[in-house]
Amino acid sequence: MDRSSKLSKVYLALVFVILYTPIFYLIFYSFNSGGTMSSFKSFTFEHYKAVFADTRLIMILINTVIVALLSALLSTAIGVIGAIGIIFLKNRKSRNALLSLNNVLVVSPDVIIGASFLILFTMVGVKLGFASVLISHIAFSVPIVVIMVLPKLQEMSSTLIDAALDLGASKRDVLSRVIIPYIKPGIFAGFFLALTYSLDDFAVTFFVTGNGFSTLSVEIYSMARAGITLTINALSGLLFIVTLLLVLGYYFVTNRTKNPLRTGVSK
Amino acid sequence: MQNNTNRSFYLVPYIGWMLLFVIAPIVLVVYFSLFDLHGNFSFVNYQNFFTSVYLKMTLSSFWYAFLITAFTLVIAYPTAYWLTKTKHKQLWLLLIIIPSWINLLLKTYAFIGIFGVIGPINQLFDTLGIGTKQILYTDFSFIFVSVYIFIPFMILPIFNSLDKMNHSLIDAARDLGSSTWTTFTKVIFPLTINGVKSGIQAVFIPSLSLFMITRLIAGNKVITLGTAIEQQFLVTQNWGMGSTIAVFLILFMVIIMILTGQKEKGALSNGQIK
Repeated sequence: MDRSSKLSKVYLALVFVILYTPIFYLIFYSFNSGGTMSSFKSFTFEHYKAVFADTRLIMILINTVIVALLSALLSTAIGVIGAIGIIFLKNRKSRNALLSLNNVLVVSPDVIIGASFLILFTMVGVKLGFASVLISHIAFSVPIVVIMVLPKLQEMSSTLIDAALDLGASKRDVLSRVIIPYIKPGIFAGFFLALTYSLDDFAVTFFVTGNGFSTLSVEIYSMARAGITLTINALSGLLFIVTLLLVLGYYFVTNRTKNPLRTGVSK
Repeated sequence: MQNNTNRSFYLVPYIGWMLLFVIAPIVLVVYFSLFDLHGNFSFVNYQNFFTSVYLKMTLSSFWYAFLITAFTLVIAYPTAYWLTKTKHKQLWLLLIIIPSWINLLLKTYAFIGIFGVIGPINQLFDTLGIGTKQILYTDFSFIFVSVYIFIPFMILPIFNSLDKMNHSLIDAARDLGSSTWTTFTKVIFPLTINGVKSGIQAVFIPSLSLFMITRLIAGNKVITLGTAIEQQFLVTQNWGMGSTIAVFLILFMVIIMILTGQKEKGALSNGQIK
């Protein structure tokens, strides 16, 4: 018994080490004054300075954040309205059909989403660049929001709405005072996920971005193809901190709303 | 009646989104697959797909995806299993998940340094007296990095199904005298098969379509279906052939979804073994 628990600890520790090594490896060498990722010369902030001095990179960073925020907001709006629509749908068959179509973009490989959106934008005549990237990020985030919001709507008892209506609430009141507050955790979770999906996306963006517009992932890809520059390392250090803050934020938002009893019951 | 129209009003933007970004793209891909390079309607792309070049590529793509999925599963299952036994398991799970939120490109880029000719692995090899090896741009580096990337996506669903499992069943198996191994193969694994299936889904399909890892880590030696699609669309500008490969990738995806599909008929079917 004791031996197996020791083994399990060693195994878990090993997995954690492997998972985190590349990340800390990147961050470690971001402070290297030498130009490579293999020999550490001396400590320096020059690569971080280089990130902030590179106006093009800063612009790309701002672009990435703007696309992420806008696409998360808009996809959350569409997704929440869609989820409410699905819940109100009484016909089981059409409901299931909608749900399976909803999942198409979630399970589709990025390459296919990217390639098919490229065709779509070219056919419709959307200029490749900011608009096409934003639209595709909204498009692939909507189903994620729906998936995050639906369970909350399903667990909401319909008597709540009936009660509100009986008490004279208007439809708008029902939405803004009963439904939305109830599903708030789901909405936040959906928004956060959409945000991170957008920040993280490479393949789709790579297809639908034109010459003039770039996001961070696409930029890192072209930098990495050109060879090792420690500017990427510095960038990864900054991104790691941002990601960590986002994850912690997400964790607290979703956990705060959990039933406090659960933590007491579950072992 | 008025109530009904009001309610279906909610569906308007959502269904609009669906028509434009789910249905239209699929229709367009199929439509474009029917045109050759000069814009003439033909089945030449489909004929090309069944030539040895593309069939070999498809097979090797599947082989790599299979290897990646198998290794990921072998590493992820014990991790998920032992994670459920830890004290603050939700916190540990979160720590497993965090690396998956770090930008994919950055993690891949890190391996360019780690596996490089003068990277730490080769330095270790050197001091051990094995000598410098070419690690980057090999099948090994491609599979290793892919497995690394996918581990959290396999752990999460398996962890969830292990976590939901009814532990009295394990106690019962123990009481009835089954060994640890029998308990695992006859009770625990069948009970968590749905988690394993969703894990396989989450790894196998993306493995077929990776293209940035092949470019950065495998040095264009490995060509997956995804690499081929990217190549046809963005380099050769042969959208017809690219669409044809995409059509097949969609078909494969549907087949995999059906094979690993789950019937949700309550808790009972979870325990069923076919």
